[in-house]
Amino acid sequence: MPKSLKHKMPEQTPQDRRNNFNEVALGYDETTARAEADRCLQCANPFCRQGCPVNVNIPAFIKHIKNGDFEEAISEIKTKNSLPAVCGRVCPQENQCEKFCILGKKNEPVAIGRLERFAADYARGNKKKSESSAQDKTMGEQIGKVAVIGSGPAGLTVAGDLALLGYKVTVFEALHAAGGVLMYGIPEFRLPKDIVQHEINELRNLGVDIAVNSIIGRTFTIDELLNEQGYDAVFIGTGAGLPNFLNIPGENYNGVYAANEFLTRSNLMQAYKKNATTPIYKGDKVAVIGAGNVAMDAARTALRLGASNVYIVYRRSEQEMPARAEEIHHAREEGVEFKLLTNPVRILGNEKGWVEGLECVKMELGEADLSGRRKPVEVKNSNFVLEVDSVIIAIGQGPNPLIQYTTPGLEVNKHGNINTDEQGITSKPGVFAGGDIVTGAATVISAMGAGRKAAESIHKYIQDKKKID
Amino acid sequence: MYKILEKKQLSDGVHQYKIEADLIANKCQPGQFVIIRLDEEGERIPLTIADFDRDAGTITLIVQQVGNTTKRMAEMLQGDSILDVAGPLGNPSDIKFYGTVVCIGGGIGVAPVYPIARALKQAGNYVVSIIGARNADLLIMEQEMTDISDELYVTTDDGSKGVKGIVTVPLHNMIGSKREINYVMAIGPVVMMRGVAEVTRPYNIHTVVSLNPIMVDGTGMCGGCRVKIANENKFACVDGPEFDAHKVDFEGLMIRQRMYQDQERGQQCGGNCKCQNH
Ligand SMILES: Cc1cc2nc3c(=O)[nH]c(=O)nc-3n(C[C@H](O)[C@H](O)[C@H](O)COP(=O)(O)OP(=O)(O)OC[C@H]3O[C@@H](n4cnc5c(N)ncnc54)[C@H](O)[C@@H]3O)c2cc1C
Ligand SMILES: Cc1cc2nc3c(=O)[nH]c(=O)nc-3n(C[C@H](O)[C@H](O)[C@H](O)COP(=O)(O)OP(=O)(O)OC[C@H]3O[C@@H](n4cnc5c(N)ncnc54)[C@H](O)[C@@H]3O)c2cc1C
Ligand code: SF4
Ligand code: SF4
Ligand code: FES
Repeated sequence: MPKSLKHKMPEQTPQDRRNNFNEVALGYDETTARAEADRCLQCANPFCRQGCPVNVNIPAFIKHIKNGDFEEAISEIKTKNSLPAVCGRVCPQENQCEKFCILGKKNEPVAIGRLERFAADYARGNKKKSESSAQDKTMGEQIGKVAVIGSGPAGLTVAGDLALLGYKVTVFEALHAAGGVLMYGIPEFRLPKDIVQHEINELRNLGVDIAVNSIIGRTFTIDELLNEQGYDAVFIGTGAGLPNFLNIPGENYNGVYAANEFLTRSNLMQAYKKNATTPIYKGDKVAVIGAGNVAMDAARTALRLGASNVYIVYRRSEQEMPARAEEIHHAREEGVEFKLLTNPVRILGNEKGWVEGLECVKMELGEADLSGRRKPVEVKNSNFVLEVDSVIIAIGQGPNPLIQYTTPGLEVNKHGNINTDEQGITSKPGVFAGGDIVTGAATVISAMGAGRKAAESIHKYIQDKKKID
Repeated sequence: MYKILEKKQLSDGVHQYKIEADLIANKCQPGQFVIIRLDEEGERIPLTIADFDRDAGTITLIVQQVGNTTKRMAEMLQGDSILDVAGPLGNPSDIKFYGTVVCIGGGIGVAPVYPIARALKQAGNYVVSIIGARNADLLIMEQEMTDISDELYVTTDDGSKGVKGIVTVPLHNMIGSKREINYVMAIGPVVMMRGVAEVTRPYNIHTVVSLNPIMVDGTGMCGGCRVKIANENKFACVDGPEFDAHKVDFEGLMIRQRMYQDQERGQQCGGNCKCQNH
């Protein structure tokens, strides 16, 4: 292995994996992890840390791996990041930590994500001491009561941080399973659900209560939590909800899915399993519209459900595709076809209301727009029909509207995202928010970063309040 | 776990369940629904809250056996428990004084109409109810509806009880006799709701229907329950389930409700049975 390149991570072959839902990337073994860790220069001024939204002490944990002190490595990571097994797998490292790694200037950066994953997986396999000491902390007196709404990465982080400080935390989750997008959105082949449940069980071990089937705004309102149920503070981490549609003709034909529904049926409801009770429509030729992580996940899920052709239809070009580089690479290897600079204009259906095709128009790149990206413009008379029997729309989501509808005094912006300051403080006293509900659809680690800040603000708020009382 | 405290059969394939769910009972309003999941392998299905008792902490569900989950539910007994019951979901009905209101329930649709009609009555309205079924044996909740209505009409397709014909017949007659109607609420099969909408449309009578598209989460996350209302997509679980009947795209709704028909059929009986779905 030349030192200029990352150590490769073993993977299932594309031929094998497109027929199963098992994890694609298999993780480093100890020897490879230590060899990869050895590539790190242990910079005195580590640029990599600037790229990590939660400021993991990257050189420190890597050094522990290099020395074979895997337990130390995970303890170090966990001081900043409570879900390393998740982040190691799903962070867009090429835009974050690894983007800034000094080695990346000339060669490939250190495989920080893979090492983080290695340390977390190692710790999961070997129950370690750091956790039992963490548990002891919560044995003490409870210093306040906090309600967390939503059990995605933002909510889980707030719950974990506050439980460690000694708060009694209850997480309210609308669905029947905790984990947010980690459970219903990101597929098993990229993030095994055991891992997510393991992390959630760790939280339970810290004394966090998780109440599923609890829809805040309906089962309880935020005002009831604060005024009647004795919670000192509430954190809103309800994520991105309502999928966007294209508003083109034909979007309600059968066989047209919002990616959220398609993925929820497959992941949360396990419709990919043979005898599942929840049905899913398995297209043979599937067009997925969009090129973010959600689109890649939908495309690769469709392949695994048995589609013979899957297309990614995206109106911009290769460079603008927002998905993680690794997912795009994996999708290509598995046989997903990319129709770039292609914009859907109409979904065609048959007389029974089922999808028959997707009419598209070719695009070319014009002037740069406000975001600095060159704006795609239609090529006249370039319309063509892609023959498909299923269309999956993955062009983003707006905020879930329930809380906003039912919480007077909570300021939201024009899109319906909750307004907060840098510290996660909303316009309503005692109410904090973070994650996708504030920023719009973003990343796991940024939701966790926001959760961490909000937890600090909540701690401060409750302590100040108690002083005054 | 949510315990079934009482179960009784109302008609062929229709059962009523009283379920222990104090948090939901405490909060729910007429017009709202829950999503249930029977067990770990189960699918999520929406069911209207047909009644509730805040003091006892119970909700009542009335369920018609149509496919896999509703069939398995029909086999459950008093004392059994349902793994997940989430709610209340959806917006409550707009209960206020309208004047004369007509509450129409077709088939199993009588169940969700009942709490709404009762609340409309309590709000001081003159309540005319029309309930219908294919035949007398399939008619449900006649007594309950009688108790809360000022007038009640029964229709059956075969004339085995009440007026022969469909629920729109008495509605037509009322309009024909120039009675003033201020509000119509109709719940039942989509064809029935569309029929009611067509009857009231020429007279501009405010008509509301409760839609039942296929749902998954019921919280506005998946987009599966979308229906076209005045040519714009709305999500029945968070924007509805009640909508202005004169703006609903009923054809689109019917097509989408059939999305899994073939798949569900195979799952339910392998095709070798006499269920009504073939
Ligand atoms: C398919 C898919 C793939 C993705 N891939 C990646 C990736 O590879 N890398 C990456 O970094 N990011 C990825 N993301 C984005 C990332 O998952 C999100 O940014 C992140 O999960 C946001 O976390 P959150 O805690 O804000 O909300 P969520 O994870 O959305 O969790 C919110 C939770 O709140 C619950 N909830 C909502 N309303 C209520 C209510 N009223 N009462 C109670 N509970 C409620 C929801 O049911 C949900 O469980 C992906 C997203 C999707 C959909
Ligand atoms: C808001 C709402 C409230 C509802 N309230 C009640 C109620 O109080 N009592 C009751 O018995 N049913 C109610 N339904 C319908 C009920 O949810 C479906 O009958 C149930 O999901 C069928 O599940 P299944 O597994 O038994 O049948 P499946 O095997 O899933 O389906 C059997 C057949 O029913 C059709 N079907 C599936 N889902 C629906 C649906 N949502 N609406 C109409 N047809 C469907 C399928 O196309 C198929 O032909 C309600 C639906 C909604 C959306
Ligand atoms: S949390 Fe994400 S960004 Fe931070 S070091 Fe780990 S992989 Fe990199
Ligand atoms: S910048 Fe790269 S080489 Fe330097 S400490 Fe960070 S990971 Fe190691
Ligand atoms: S059921 Fe999923 S959005 Fe309404």
